[in-house]
Amino acid sequence: MEVNTEVKRIITLSLGKLYSSRSQRGGMKLHRSLLLSLVMRTARDIYHSARLASESGEWQPATAQSVQEQPATEEQMDTSGAQVETSAPQLTSPLDSQLSEVEKPGHPSYARSTEDEENRSPASPGCQSRKRRGKASAEPDFLPSKKARMETGGESPAIRCVGLRSSNVNSCRVGDTLTSVPVSLAIAAF
Amino acid sequence: MAGVGGGNDFQWCFSQVKGAIDEDVAEADIISTVEFNYSGDLLATGDKGGRVVIFQREQESKNRPHSRGEYNVYSTFQSHEPEFDYLKSLEIEEKINKIRWLPQQNAAHFLLSTNDKTIKLWKISERDKRAEGYNLKDEEGRLRGDPFRITSLRVPVLMPMDLMVEASPRRIFANAHTYHINSISVNSDHETYLSADDLRINLWHLEITDRSFNIVDIKPANMEELTEVITAAECHPHQCNVFVYSSSKGTIRLCDMRAAALCDRHTKFFEEPEDPSSRSFFSEIISSISDVKFSHSGRYMMTRDYLSVKVWDLNMENRPVETYQVHEYLRSKLCSLYENDCIFDKFECCWNGSDSAIMTGSYNNFFRMFDRSTRRDITLEASRESSKPRALLKPRKVCTGGKRKKDEISVDSLDFNKKILHTAWHPKENVIAVAATNNLSSLPDVSATLYLLAKPPLKNPPLKKMLGRR
Repeated sequence: MEVNTEVKRIITLSLGKLYSSRSQRGGMKLHRSLLLSLVMRTARDIYHSARLASESGEWQPATAQSVQEQPATEEQMDTSGAQVETSAPQLTSPLDSQLSEVEKPGHPSYARSTEDEENRSPASPGCQSRKRRGKASAEPDFLPSKKARMETGGESPAIRCVGLRSSNVNSCRVGDTLTSVPVSLAIAAF
Repeated sequence: MAGVGGGNDFQWCFSQVKGAIDEDVAEADIISTVEFNYSGDLLATGDKGGRVVIFQREQESKNRPHSRGEYNVYSTFQSHEPEFDYLKSLEIEEKINKIRWLPQQNAAHFLLSTNDKTIKLWKISERDKRAEGYNLKDEEGRLRGDPFRITSLRVPVLMPMDLMVEASPRRIFANAHTYHINSISVNSDHETYLSADDLRINLWHLEITDRSFNIVDIKPANMEELTEVITAAECHPHQCNVFVYSSSKGTIRLCDMRAAALCDRHTKFFEEPEDPSSRSFFSEIISSISDVKFSHSGRYMMTRDYLSVKVWDLNMENRPVETYQVHEYLRSKLCSLYENDCIFDKFECCWNGSDSAIMTGSYNNFFRMFDRSTRRDITLEASRESSKPRALLKPRKVCTGGKRKKDEISVDSLDFNKKILHTAWHPKENVIAVAATNNLSSLPDVSATLYLLAKPPLKNPPLKKMLGRR
């Protein structure tokens, strides 16, 4: 997905700027760090919503219209490709791990609508319906997820994501630094 | 007096160009602030190296009718030095962030200059007499031989000497800001001033250096919940109880110090609802306000964000009364501007003396002027190539797409290393000072040049005398 490639590029770029500003003469500028973190948050939201949009096709909800049944087979073929895609680049799953909310494969419409809500106003601070509170309350990776995991057959991408999430906690790849150093810590350095 | 309009509107010519030309110019010479004093006779510049240079306007004389009040160096001094914060292991830059003049009350001039952490009050005074004929010292100040050989005494006499301008630090206001100071503003009571950093605003008394009042504090209990910072603050020009501060979210809060000791709750809140169709990755960055300035009348204020300048009526909070696009053609280039860091540039803006026109800078050493009454605007370029004295500046135009006309410059040819962040307008006359900044990463050109522009000389000398303000 070109969107996600671009988003990943922006996130990497932003992180680079954030880290280089640490060694800047005069110290980290709070305003600049804040703006960088806002860009990263927006990018993360867009990435996640784009990813969910691509995955939501594979989970046909029970209440789906009959109209959707025809493209269902095509989407299933697409999702098998998507499954491969999500497992391959290490960057994608760490982004998911940033979320405190596990995708619920059994209710993709719920997940999707939540994402859309969040994406509609990615930077509104006082919005109570947001589960992900930006920099602040992303659950740490090492804690077990509080959400019950669905035991339907088609949940393999979620499991794969979860599995990758836990395995990435201790790795040092650049992609992991995207989330293993949550954006909130960059600001809290002050 | 006529503002920008009135006969020869938007006609400007270079009056003077100040700055080094050779390639030896260091980054420390980059001008970081420009400010006229209340009469306009003095122009102060601060640079990245912590120096302050003050220019004084020459008196117009009959002998030199063509010298229309040139600005020449009056005083140069080192205001701030680099420091090291040992607790945080951070270097404190000596760059002068802001200079603000105090109204003149006696023969000396006073100004406040600030870097990221410390504000200093400087007294600039002239000395044109010297005592001569000391008994114990000779002309060079050395002790005269044997004091016991003196048989008679004389009284030293004051003799005229070459004018010497001395700058001395009278007050140092330190250790009050945890974050980087972005603004200082002298209050209309001439006794107090405010200083603002990213999260707090302090009120000082000019005579008291060991304490200040904190009047605004937006630091959240949990720094991880930080959503906005203070970007600029200014005192109202006439009401000493009123000040405003702008935020990184594009909002302005007006506070009344009579309401409470801590002005966390604003009296007025200025915000323009965001256009949802223009939302993008970088919407938050470009809506951050980089400068806020009250009009001289005190009725309006102007804010500068990345792409536009907005004029607000203090009586209307829900939207600005005027919006001027500075360089809208950059909206489609935000991603590249993010990559090269230009999107973080903080442009300033200024009013002319009669509040009829406003000015702000852009890239490629362009600066823009907007006439508020006629709604006309002009783009001019500050560059040495086109800076022949007394020659009219040619208006520039940026081609936004399609066929590029002759004399137009395309967006992709703009030099984003050449930017005009700091401009100042004489409080009474049509004289402007424009600081052209040039990052050293580009080809060696002028690194930091101050351009002084004025209206072209009138063809009718007798008329000129009548208009001269001295």
